[in-house]
Amino acid sequence: MKSYPVWQRAIIHLFLIALAVACIIPLLLVLSASFSDEAAIGKYGYTLLPKAFSTIAYQYILSDPTQIVTAYGITIFVTAVGTIVSLLLSSCMAYVLSRSDFAYRNKFSFFIYFTMLFNGGLVPSYMLVTQVLDLKNSVWALILPYVIVPWFVLLLRTYFADIPESLIESAKLEGAGEFRILFTIILPLSLPAIATVGLFIILMYWNDWYLALLYVDEGKKFPLQYLLYNIMQNLSVIKANPVPGMAVRLPGENTRMAIAVLATGPILFAFVFVQRYFIAGLKVGAIKG
Amino acid sequence: MVVDLNFPFPVAAGYDETVTNRKEPTTMAVPDNTALNPTTSFPPKKGFLYTLARNKWLLLLAAPATLVVLVFSYLPMFGLILAFKKYNFSDGILGSPWAGFGNFEYLFATRDAFNSTINTVYLNAIFIFLSLVGAIIVALLMNEVRNKWMVKSYQTALFLPYFISWVIVGYFVYALLNFDNGTINRWIGAMGGEYVQWYTRPEYWPFILSLVYLWKYVGYYSLIYLAGILGIDKEYYEAAMIDGATKLQQIRKITLPLLSPLITIMVLMQIGRIFFADFGLFYNVTQNSGALYSTTDVIDTYVFRTFRVLGDAGMATAAGLYQAVCGLILVYISNWCVRKVNKDEALF
Repeated sequence: MKSYPVWQRAIIHLFLIALAVACIIPLLLVLSASFSDEAAIGKYGYTLLPKAFSTIAYQYILSDPTQIVTAYGITIFVTAVGTIVSLLLSSCMAYVLSRSDFAYRNKFSFFIYFTMLFNGGLVPSYMLVTQVLDLKNSVWALILPYVIVPWFVLLLRTYFADIPESLIESAKLEGAGEFRILFTIILPLSLPAIATVGLFIILMYWNDWYLALLYVDEGKKFPLQYLLYNIMQNLSVIKANPVPGMAVRLPGENTRMAIAVLATGPILFAFVFVQRYFIAGLKVGAIKG
Repeated sequence: MVVDLNFPFPVAAGYDETVTNRKEPTTMAVPDNTALNPTTSFPPKKGFLYTLARNKWLLLLAAPATLVVLVFSYLPMFGLILAFKKYNFSDGILGSPWAGFGNFEYLFATRDAFNSTINTVYLNAIFIFLSLVGAIIVALLMNEVRNKWMVKSYQTALFLPYFISWVIVGYFVYALLNFDNGTINRWIGAMGGEYVQWYTRPEYWPFILSLVYLWKYVGYYSLIYLAGILGIDKEYYEAAMIDGATKLQQIRKITLPLLSPLITIMVLMQIGRIFFADFGLFYNVTQNSGALYSTTDVIDTYVFRTFRVLGDAGMATAAGLYQAVCGLILVYISNWCVRKVNKDEALF
C-alpha cells in the first residue's frame, strides 16, 4: 500500500498516542496515589507522579495482610475451580452442538441460546441460590451461576465445527467412542480456542464482584473485587456519618489505592502478556460472527 | 405373490431357493414387507428410543451443561410468578397471596420506572452509537499504521481498560472526580475555577458515563473491527488504487461496505440488550449516589434497589419481567428489520 505524506502519518500517530495515554492515565493516578504520602494527596490532589514518594500505605497493609490474603485465596479458588468446571462443561456442550449428525442438535442449540434472549432476572435467581440451593455465603454461589455462558459455548462450537468431519468418522471406524473423540482429537486440535475462551472465563471470574454483592455478607468470604468495593463503600458511609470518638483509624486514600493496586496489579500485568490470545479470539468472533 | 413380496430382499430370496419349506419365508416376509412401508412399522424401529440410543453418548456429554442451564437459567423463569404475587418471606414463593397485575400497576405508577427505562434506553443508545463510531475510526487509523511495534503498543494500551473490573474503574473515576483531591477539581482550581461536587450533580453524568464506557470498550470493539478489516481481500484495494481511488474513497467504497455484516451483527447484539444496563458501570462508577438517580438510575439498578434496599420482591420481579419481555420483543423486531434489508445478515 502507498504510504502517506509525513504530516498525515504524524496526525494518525498523535491521535492514537493521545488515546493510548488517555487509557493509561487513570491507572497512573491510582498507582501514584498509592505511593504518595497521605498529606501530599491532601495538598496536591491525585497527581501523575507522587509529589512525596512513600511506601507507607503498603507497609500499613502488609503489617496485617490477613484480609487481603484471605480475599486473594477466595478469588484464586473461585477462578481456578470455576474456569476448570466451566471450560469442561462448555467444551462438552459445544462439541455436541458442533456435531451435525446429532439428532437433537437444534433443540439443544435453542435450549442454550434462548437463555441469551430471556432470563428470570435478579429476584428469581436470588431466591433460587439462597432458598432452593441454600448457597448463601458459599463459594459455590460465586462459581455456579457463571459456569455456562452461552456466548462462550457458541465460540467453542464455532471452532469445533471447523474440524473436518472425516476425522471424527474415521475415529469412529477405529472404534473410538464420543468421549475419546472429544478428549483425544477435538480438544488437542482446538487448544488455541480453549486457551482463548479459558482466558475470557478467568477474566470473568477474577473481576466479578456482582455475585458476591448478592450472595456473600461474611467478611472472611469476600473475594478481592468485593473487598475493594466494600472498602470504598464503608469509607463513603463513614465519611458521610462520622461517628464521634470512633477508635478505628480510617485507612487513608493512599492506603485504599494501594489495596486497589495490590488487588489488580498482578492480574493486569499477566493479561498484558496474554492479550494476543484474546485478540485471536476476537478475530474468530469477528470473522465468523 | 409371496415371492414377489420378498423380492427386494436378497437374503430372503436366497433363502427361498435353498430351503425346501416355502412356508417359513412367507411368515418372515410379513414383518420385512411392512418394514418397507414407511407409514407403518418403519418409525418404531427408527423411533424415539432408537434415536435416543444412537445419540446416548452425545446426550451424556451434553448432560452436565444442560443440568446447569436448567437449574440456573430455566428454573428462575418459574420464579417470575413472583411478579404476580404479594411476596412475603414466611409464606414463601408459592404460598404468598396473588396480586394479579398489582405489582405492575404500582410499578408504572411510580416515576422511577419511567425514569429508569428512559435512562437505560437513552444512555445505551448513546453508548452504542459512540462506541461504534469511535471503534471504527480507531480501527481504520490502526489499519494505516505500518509499524508493527507501534500497532502492538496501541493495541495493548487501548485494550487494557477492558481487563479492569468496574470496582477498580470506580476507584479511577473517584481519583479523578472526588471533591477535595480529585485531579479534575485540582485542574479547575489551578485555572481559577470553583470545585465541582461531581457526585451530586446529575447533569454531568450522561457525559461522564459515556466517556467511561468509551474508555473501557473502544479498544475492545476496535480490535474486533480491525480483525474484520484485516480479513478483507487486499486485491480490492490494489484494483482501487490502479483506478486512482483516494484513501477516503477506498474506505467509503470498500472497507465500510465489506465491514457492514460485522457492524450489523455487533450493533444488533447491542440493540438486543438495550433494555439491559451494564450494572457495574451504573452502580460502581456513580458510587451509587442517590443524588444522581435522575440521570443515572437504570432498570438494573432500580430492580436491585427495589429488591435489596426496599425489600419489595414482587415489584422487583415485575420490573425484571418487564425488562426481559421488552428485551425479547426488541431482539425479534431488530432481527426482523435486518432480515427485511438483507437476509444474510440476520442473526436468526
